[in-house]
Amino acid sequence: MTHATATVDLMRPPFPAEPGSGVYSNKLGMWVFLASDVMFFTALIGTYIILRFGVSQPWAHPNAVLNVPLTAFNTFLLICSSVSMVKAFAAISQGDQRGLKLWLLITILAGASFVSVQVVEYIKLVGHGFTPAGFREGSTLAEHAVSDPVKYGAATAGLYGSTFFTMTGFHGFHVTCGVISMTYLYFTKVLPGKYSRQDYRGIETIGLYWHFVDLVWIILFTIVYLI
Amino acid sequence: MTSVAATTRVPHAHHDDRSFLRKYIFSTDHKIIGIQFLFVSLFFLLLGGVLAMQMRWQLGFPGKPMPGGGLLPESMAAGGVILPEYYVQLVSMHGTFMVFFAIMPLLVGVYANFLIPLKIGAHDMAFPRINMASFWAAFAAGLLMFASLFVPEGGIRSGWTNYAPLSARPDLSGVTIGQLLWCVSIVVLGLSSVMGSVNYITTIINHRAPGMTWFRMPLSVWALFITAILAVLALPVLQGAAILLLFDQTIGTHFFDPAAGGQALLWQHLFWFFGHPEVYILILPAMGMVSDIVANGSRKPIFGYHSMVFAIIAIAFLGWLVWGHHMFMSGMNPTLGSSFMVSTLVIAVPSAVKVFNWMGTMWRGNLRFHVPMLNATAFVAMFVIGGLSGIYMAATPVDMFIHDTYFIVAHLHYVLFGGSLFALFAAIPYWFPKMFGRMMSERWGKVHFWLTFVFYNLTFFPMHILGNAGHMRRIYDPTQYDFLKPYQPMNEFISIAAFLLFATQLIFFVNFWYSLFKGEKAPQNPWEDNGLEWSLPSPAPHGNWERVPTVYRGPYEFSSPEVSDRDYLPQHEKRPTDREPASTTAPSH
Amino acid sequence: MHWWLPLKGSTFAGDIDGLFLAILIITGIAFVVVEAGLIWFVIKYRQRPGRKAFYTHGNTRAEVIWTTIPAVTMVALGLISNHYWVRIKGRNSVPANAYPIAIHAKQFEWQVTYPGADGQLGTPDDFTVRNQLHVPVGRPVVVHLSSEDVIHSFFVPVFRVKQDAVPGMDIKAWFQATVPGQYELGCAELCGMGHYRMRAQVFVHTPEEYDAWMKQAAQEAKQ
Repeated sequence: MTHATATVDLMRPPFPAEPGSGVYSNKLGMWVFLASDVMFFTALIGTYIILRFGVSQPWAHPNAVLNVPLTAFNTFLLICSSVSMVKAFAAISQGDQRGLKLWLLITILAGASFVSVQVVEYIKLVGHGFTPAGFREGSTLAEHAVSDPVKYGAATAGLYGSTFFTMTGFHGFHVTCGVISMTYLYFTKVLPGKYSRQDYRGIETIGLYWHFVDLVWIILFTIVYLI
Repeated sequence: MTSVAATTRVPHAHHDDRSFLRKYIFSTDHKIIGIQFLFVSLFFLLLGGVLAMQMRWQLGFPGKPMPGGGLLPESMAAGGVILPEYYVQLVSMHGTFMVFFAIMPLLVGVYANFLIPLKIGAHDMAFPRINMASFWAAFAAGLLMFASLFVPEGGIRSGWTNYAPLSARPDLSGVTIGQLLWCVSIVVLGLSSVMGSVNYITTIINHRAPGMTWFRMPLSVWALFITAILAVLALPVLQGAAILLLFDQTIGTHFFDPAAGGQALLWQHLFWFFGHPEVYILILPAMGMVSDIVANGSRKPIFGYHSMVFAIIAIAFLGWLVWGHHMFMSGMNPTLGSSFMVSTLVIAVPSAVKVFNWMGTMWRGNLRFHVPMLNATAFVAMFVIGGLSGIYMAATPVDMFIHDTYFIVAHLHYVLFGGSLFALFAAIPYWFPKMFGRMMSERWGKVHFWLTFVFYNLTFFPMHILGNAGHMRRIYDPTQYDFLKPYQPMNEFISIAAFLLFATQLIFFVNFWYSLFKGEKAPQNPWEDNGLEWSLPSPAPHGNWERVPTVYRGPYEFSSPEVSDRDYLPQHEKRPTDREPASTTAPSH
Repeated sequence: MHWWLPLKGSTFAGDIDGLFLAILIITGIAFVVVEAGLIWFVIKYRQRPGRKAFYTHGNTRAEVIWTTIPAVTMVALGLISNHYWVRIKGRNSVPANAYPIAIHAKQFEWQVTYPGADGQLGTPDDFTVRNQLHVPVGRPVVVHLSSEDVIHSFFVPVFRVKQDAVPGMDIKAWFQATVPGQYELGCAELCGMGHYRMRAQVFVHTPEEYDAWMKQAAQEAKQ
């Protein structure tokens, strides 16, 4: 295997000026992957838009079902983790190992906290009776929906549950993957000090992913929790 | 076919001390991965064919016990007679296997992997380990789909398009586990496809040899590049749709459940938004490889190289705007139907340009009809029929009659069999020497070609006539309808032609396996081609080149006036007039 | 067994068949030109000793010509097709005086509801007949399609009419039968294992026959 690895290493920068894009392969590959992920979320968000605006009955008011302040805090947490990711990147591009270790750790912790808060939110929602299938029969939410069908979107609860859990769930899955990847890099590359001022591609690449996940969340938060 | 001495220095084979497992099973070598895809997808091609034969038996001889049908359990074929529930499963799984596990991996999995690094002058893919993961994900997806044939109730029964709400309601379709397996398999296949495509795109952008400018790339590489872009953007949409379908059945969501406000047409929009780019994923690589082979067989530069490239790009772009033409009769807004009709008709133009350019390439050539060239010529001839028959269904008023009839079945088989599969019958023997170091038999290749060409047309052409009669697709027993009873002899005829067509394919499989072990040893450049891959020994060694070659010209310099002693001029051959490319810092080791 | 389209049984069947014929002529010419050219090239330019292929990379004028001709043809075809499409399936294509019939599709049958004597759907004199579509000749009929369970497709080959019946949607399709007789209605969208036997009889009656049938059928439905 050493042979193949050596072959690949040779294809890393610096590249010949032409041909080649001047963008190293890991980063380019990540951009291509993100383009594909955009399409995945487009399918989910498009589905949400079609279903939500295709039905004639009222849709539940976000405040009625969801804990908007908690999720607003969670959103803030995720935005902060994007900032700390930028700080980690800035640190290593200056060759600052300590800065990298600190800021990447903060990013990982913030990401993990985001997922944890989301899990807690899910547990509470399900406890209140909000499930992917709609309002569970006999639950508090189901009772509320009977008394105020407009505010709670009684007729569209099934679609609401379907789209809410699918979109936020897959976003949470993406965050989890990011946290796992960063943790892996933290122990295999960051702590041993394998990144340097000359080579910090891993950090830049995972950073791209992390900012993308953050951006998706801002869109989801807006359309699911605010509108 | 004459073998020629290498005109350039022969790179000496690399010392290769990898274990068997790393070399052939968990290999990261793009060539081995391509070969792995080849074996697996040929298996699925054969399986898809076996399913088709059972359908043809039922259609040709409804109610008669199928030979060998006694081997099937009573729940599928009672007393050897195929049951309706098994028939719809055959329809659905034939389409699923052929599209997702035979044609797509044969074109993309095999040839994107095998050809891209070899043709652009790279040592391997940009991400060899992701590439390996891509194969194993596809393999896992294939196993899951294959397994669905053997679970209780068997595979899906709602067509390869798996329209909701039929697919979302086990109580209506009669399939529970098979449907879940389908969804999971498609999600895993999507992962495989995205991993592969990320690799292909990055490799082509970043790892071309010095001098391999964009417009010196062979059309096969161009086609695979654009295909990878389509795949990377389209497959996630299908994954998304499959996940929604899975959730409807497992965690109780209501995406496709009209009773709870879900929308039945949502599946179709998602599926065809993926599905139409998918159609081009299934034909663009074939077009690219046929371009390479037609130029080689004609001993002429490809006619209108640039317009060929732009036609590929135009098809890929327009391919995103035509999905609604699968839904003209679905109750979609008819005004949308008008715009989809226009975009669909317009997409015929770049396809026509490609056909004329292939003809232009053959015009005043010096045509060598080796087996790949025979099949490539047949591709052009058959693709024309498939392309032209598409115009009938693009015209919405006519589609109102022929939609979901055998006319569609005829059309799609003219594109997928007459197009993609003939291209593969050209590509497989063409690059076989570079894969395995041996030649496939020319004689048996020719026998296979002619029999296939005849039986293929006898099978699929009459389906147009059935379609004109109003013969619906996917019906178990056409004799249920009085107006179809007179057409039963034609169904019988088609079935017999199909059996002969299938039998003919056994020649190909025997030729393939025999040549693998006993075929004539292949010279380095058996087809006298210009591509970079032919500068390597056959089979190409691990790591490809010791030193990446420098490229001095396009890939189609056949019969160039620059050389007088032969009619080809390889891309890497330096002529006295050639200047070195701007940057020649080729990586070496 | 015919080799051509079935009987023209509706007012727009002729238009559709005409368009089919026009496309057949256009594609037929393209087919003959391309295939004959290919065969000619294959024979004329096959490899011979001493021949060298003509070295050319293309010809811009030829390429412009063979891009323009298909482009113009396709756009023209699109415009012509759209003219008929709007008349047959357009939003406002259903004639105002069309006779209403409701068809409810379910696995694996067609439930046809007739408006009864008053000619209005949704009134008490409506009655439903299973798997029989009776329509008067020479009068536009609008079919209100709905589905109980999965997607089905209403297809009467002699009328050249096809329209999916989608659960959760109410879709209209219209036609005007021109030839009295007995025909078949089939399901054109895979709807399950019984898809193949989801068929119904179509009866096109003269107005007098239709009235007589209506009286009798309404009577039978009441019992």
